[in-house]
Amino acid sequence: MSEMTPEAIRHLASLARIALSEDEITRLSGELGAIVSAVEAVQKVAGDDVPPTSHPIPLGNVFREDAVGDTLSTAEALAGAPDHDGSRFRVSAILGEEQ
Amino acid sequence: MSELISMRAADASLALAEGTVSSVELTQAHLDRIEATESHIGAFLARSSNALEAARDSDDRRAAGEKLSPLAGIPIAIKDVLCTSDMVTTAGSRILEGWVPPYDATVVSKLLTAGMVALGKTNMDEFAMGSSTERSGYHPTHNPWDLTRAPGGSGGGSAAAVAAKQAPVAIGSDTGGSIRQPASFTGTVGVKPTYGGVSRYGVIALASSLDQVGPVSRTVMDSAMVHDVIAGHDPHDSTSIPTPWTSMTEAALKGSRAESLAGVRVGVVKELLGEGIAPGVRQRFDEALELLSAQGAEVVEVSVPHCEYAVAAYYLILPAEASSNLAKFDSVRFGMRVTPEGTPTVEDVMSATRDAGFGDEVKRRIILGTYALSAGYYDAYYGSAQKIRTLIQRDFAQSFEKVDVLLSPSTPTTAFPLGEKMEDPLAMWAGDVTTIPANLAGIPGMSLPMGLSPEDGLPVGLQLMAPAYQDARLYEVGAVCERLFEERDGHLVSERVPEVI
Repeated sequence: MSEMTPEAIRHLASLARIALSEDEITRLSGELGAIVSAVEAVQKVAGDDVPPTSHPIPLGNVFREDAVGDTLSTAEALAGAPDHDGSRFRVSAILGEEQ
Repeated sequence: MSELISMRAADASLALAEGTVSSVELTQAHLDRIEATESHIGAFLARSSNALEAARDSDDRRAAGEKLSPLAGIPIAIKDVLCTSDMVTTAGSRILEGWVPPYDATVVSKLLTAGMVALGKTNMDEFAMGSSTERSGYHPTHNPWDLTRAPGGSGGGSAAAVAAKQAPVAIGSDTGGSIRQPASFTGTVGVKPTYGGVSRYGVIALASSLDQVGPVSRTVMDSAMVHDVIAGHDPHDSTSIPTPWTSMTEAALKGSRAESLAGVRVGVVKELLGEGIAPGVRQRFDEALELLSAQGAEVVEVSVPHCEYAVAAYYLILPAEASSNLAKFDSVRFGMRVTPEGTPTVEDVMSATRDAGFGDEVKRRIILGTYALSAGYYDAYYGSAQKIRTLIQRDFAQSFEKVDVLLSPSTPTTAFPLGEKMEDPLAMWAGDVTTIPANLAGIPGMSLPMGLSPEDGLPVGLQLMAPAYQDARLYEVGAVCERLFEERDGHLVSERVPEVI
C-alpha cells in the first residue's frame, strides 16, 4: 500500500467511513502519493534506542475519586441528535441484508 | 472610530473599576464595530444574542459593590472550536451546522465566571485544519491589514476580530501554530501555553497530544490577563497539569517596568532562519536582535537540529490523532445526517454523511491519518514521528540549558494572498515550520508584532519560546520586547492597522 493507488485510497476511505466519490479518490491518490513521499523521511532519523514520545508532558495515570458528578439528562443528551425516540438515538439497520 | 474599541483590556479594566465607562458602553461599542465591519472581515460564525444582557449584569454587580475579577465586563470573542451552551458551535465544519452543545468548555465557564462578556464565535479552518481560515466550511476571513490577504489560520477569525477592534481580546487554540501564525499575520499578540496548562475539556479535539487553548490580544499584558483567567488544573481533562501557575499578569508587569535586558540570555534558533524566510521578515528579525542586544540581552545562536523533521513528523502525528478524534462525527449523536437512497445500513449513512459533511482538507488528513495508523505502517510512520518528537524535545532541553528564551520569526512570510496556497497542501503546510516545534515539544510559545515588513507593509511577528511550565518568562521578556518596539516606533504595530471602512 506504499503506493497510493486508487484501490488503496478506496480501502482507507472505507476504514475511515467516508464515501468518497470517484473524483475524490482520483485526486487523493495523486495528492497523498506526494504527501507520503514528503513525510517518509521520518523513518530514517531515529534509531531503535530513541523512545517514542506520545505525550509532551510526562504525566502518569491520572485518577479521581469515583464520585457521581453532574451528568446530562436524557433530553440534553438527545437534543443535538439527528434522530431519536425520546430515550435513545435512532439509527438505520446495523446489519446489511447479506448479514 | 470610537475610543472604546481601541482601549487595551488592561485600561478598560481600570476604567470600569473607576466607573468612567460601563460594560454596556464597552460592549455596545464592540457590537457596533462588528456590525459596521463584519461584511468586510468575516471574523464571526455566530454572534451572541445576550452580550448586552451579560454586560448589564456585570454593571449591576459592580454597582452593588461586588468584588469583581480584573476582566469582568470586558468583551471577548471565542474561537468556534470551544463548546458554548448558548451559541452554535461548529468548529468551522458543515457537519456540525446548527449544533448547540449541551455544556460549556471549561475555558468558557472560566471566562463567564470571571464576568467577561462573550461577543460571539470566531471563524476558523474546519476542525482547525488549515493555515489561512479559507478551509472554513462557511466563509473565509479577510485580514484587516489587507482584505485580499489571509488572516492566517486556523484561528484567523479570532486574530482578525482583535486586529480590526471588533473585540479587545479573544480565545484561540494552537495545535501547530493556529494562535501564533494568525497573530503574526494580523499584528496581534497570541500565546500557546505549555501543553496541559489550559483545560481542553469541551474543546473539539484535533490532535489531542498537541492541542492547547490560549489568548489573543493587541498587547502582551492583555494576553497575560486572559491567560490568568483560563489557566489551571481541570479534573475534567486528564492531561491538565496539576501544578499551580504563577501570575502571568505580574510577569508582564515586571517586564513592562524592566530597566533593561541585562542578564537575559536569548537563543536564536539557527534552523528556523533557513530558506523560505522572506527578506523583509529577516530584516525585522535582525533589527529586533540588535535592539535586544543593545538593551543588554546576551544573544547567542543555538541549534535545534531535528526541527528539520518537525513538519514531516507533525503531518503524521496530527492526521493520525485527528482521524481517531473525528470518528465521533458519525451522524448518530450530533450534527448532520445524510441518508442514501434504498435501504442503507448505519455504516452507509455514516459514510455518506462524512463525505457530505467534511471538507477536502479534513478528508485528506483523515485518509492520511488512517494510512499512518494502519497495520504494517504504524511503526514506520506514527512510531517514527513520535521518536522525532523525543529528539526535538531533547534538542530544546539542551538549548534551554544555555538560554532563557528562544527566538525566531513567528512565520516565514507575512500574510499571503487569499487563494494562493489552496491548490497546494504541501506549500500551505510548509509555512508552519516555525510554529510546529513548540507543539511537538509541549513548550509555550508567543508571537508578538515586531514591526511591518519593508516589502509589503504587513505585520511581522517575533516568536518567543520558553521551557515547559515557564509561560511567565514569555510574558516578562515579551513585555520588554513590546516596550522596546513601541519606544522605537512611537506606537504599537496594532495601532497602525488601516481603517477597514
